[in-house]
Amino acid sequence: MLIRYRNRKDLRPSEITPRSAYMNRRDLMAKAAGFGAGAALASGAALPLSGIPVEEAQAATLAFHKSEFSTTEPVTAREYVTSYNNYYEFGIDKGDPGQNAHTLTTSPWNVKVEGLVAKPADYALEDFVKPFALEQRIYRHRCVEGWSMVIPWVGFPLSKVLERAEPSGNAKFVAFETLMRPSEMPGQRGLFQPLEWPYVEGLRLDEAMHPLTLLAVGIYDETLPNQNGAPLRLVVPWKYGFKGIKSIVRIKLVENAPPTTWNLQNSNEYGFYSNVNPEVDHPRWSQKTERRIGEGGLLTKRRETLPFNGYADEVASLYTGMDLRKFF
Amino acid sequence: MSAQAPSLPRARAASQGGKRLAISWQVPRILVYLIGFIPAVWWFELGLTDRLGADPMKALEHALGLWALRFLVASLAITPLRQLVGINLIRYRRALGLLAFYYAVLHLTTYLVLDQGLDLAAIVADILKRLYITIGMTAFVILVPLAVTSNNLAIRRIGAPAWNRLHRWVYLAVILAVLHFLLSVKVPIEPLLYAALVAVLLGYRFLRSMLRKRGGRAPSRASLSARKG
Repeated sequence: MLIRYRNRKDLRPSEITPRSAYMNRRDLMAKAAGFGAGAALASGAALPLSGIPVEEAQAATLAFHKSEFSTTEPVTAREYVTSYNNYYEFGIDKGDPGQNAHTLTTSPWNVKVEGLVAKPADYALEDFVKPFALEQRIYRHRCVEGWSMVIPWVGFPLSKVLERAEPSGNAKFVAFETLMRPSEMPGQRGLFQPLEWPYVEGLRLDEAMHPLTLLAVGIYDETLPNQNGAPLRLVVPWKYGFKGIKSIVRIKLVENAPPTTWNLQNSNEYGFYSNVNPEVDHPRWSQKTERRIGEGGLLTKRRETLPFNGYADEVASLYTGMDLRKFF
Repeated sequence: MSAQAPSLPRARAASQGGKRLAISWQVPRILVYLIGFIPAVWWFELGLTDRLGADPMKALEHALGLWALRFLVASLAITPLRQLVGINLIRYRRALGLLAFYYAVLHLTTYLVLDQGLDLAAIVADILKRLYITIGMTAFVILVPLAVTSNNLAIRRIGAPAWNRLHRWVYLAVILAVLHFLLSVKVPIEPLLYAALVAVLLGYRFLRSMLRKRGGRAPSRASLSARKG
């Protein structure tokens, strides 16, 4: 399918990326264009605003189209996106992934597509990605903890992958699985392990087929840093961030709702759907407002959280007739 | 009962009488306050110079709350340290307790002003609806009378026995403070460490009072060592 190029509100990456971000990135930038095209590797440590160096082994620039689904809101500085996030395989502090994830080797990488499909396959990542045109999707990202960012993802719709696999009639859900590799993921070894591994997530098939649902291979205009879920992660912008499973190794079509990690950890607090919903609070804190990271330093004002994270027009119809308090 | 929170004259007598047994370091109390405020100055400095990372308000709020809890725990460690190890730091206990209170004030102020932007409706809703905020607020309210009466004049006015009874509320305050911490995070590894510490400090007191009830007067450290000898 041709990705339509819309000029009317699109911005060039240089217009939306803070100068500090791209100046910093120039140091890292490899010359190679296109995914996995024998990227010339640059190594170095980016220095985010927090002053904590983030280890980044390699980054390759990506070629992409722009998407009509992008928001025009100001993009969060790259330093924040890469130094402040949750990825419990690398530690429970939001600074941990940026510090620890460089130990992960993401090449070679294989992705299995299996279950109730006509064409199951075990792909090398390059083959998995190759047929699809990459596009940039600038999405709002809302964490269940009450903070948010605006992130320019690069990827392709998950629907492409599912169509290629040809789901059978009884496939109703899609189950995802993150890599399990304790030798490279410090959070998966040791005494305190807050979650069951491997991390698993799931979507209803119609959610998975929705055009907003993205498989990302990059942020800004480069391949994903490890801490953000390299080399392949899910992005579902109308759901809380933890639904966006990282470093995916398995995509399986199934008949029944698959288990999901945070729901297993605490089913009262984290539901299967986990749609962003200001009307349904987390049992312990409010979801009515959020703090947009990087917006105003210490004096950042809370902003109202929008139903479906502002994507209600696109996705609310998926849930008509459902009691969203019950199916939170 | 006076062993845990002796009135002032007796505290002096005890520390003088116990000098043979107890190690007692003497530094000016003002130094405890000065050192105690270093973390606050440090964190505010980081905040003002934009070095608190992506979510600076949260980092500041969390750090101030954590230091309040740390000083509260430190103040509760004074008595067991003296009774079990013979290190007598009782003259600094008031400073530690007050530091805990001052950090609690800073923590609460950060929440009210920077986190909630003084949105009274949101704050009231939070306090009433969010269990961990209700609990945190309750802990703070308990600390207020304790802080107000942490001076010699108040002890004289109230009288030592009543003052001691009043200040036992700190046990409830610290339990609530740990609960507040536990309930505020997704995965409570750090809060559980503090919960364990508080359980030990309060458990020790409980055991000691149980033993005392059973055996009349609990053996003091002096009498224990005398018995051994």
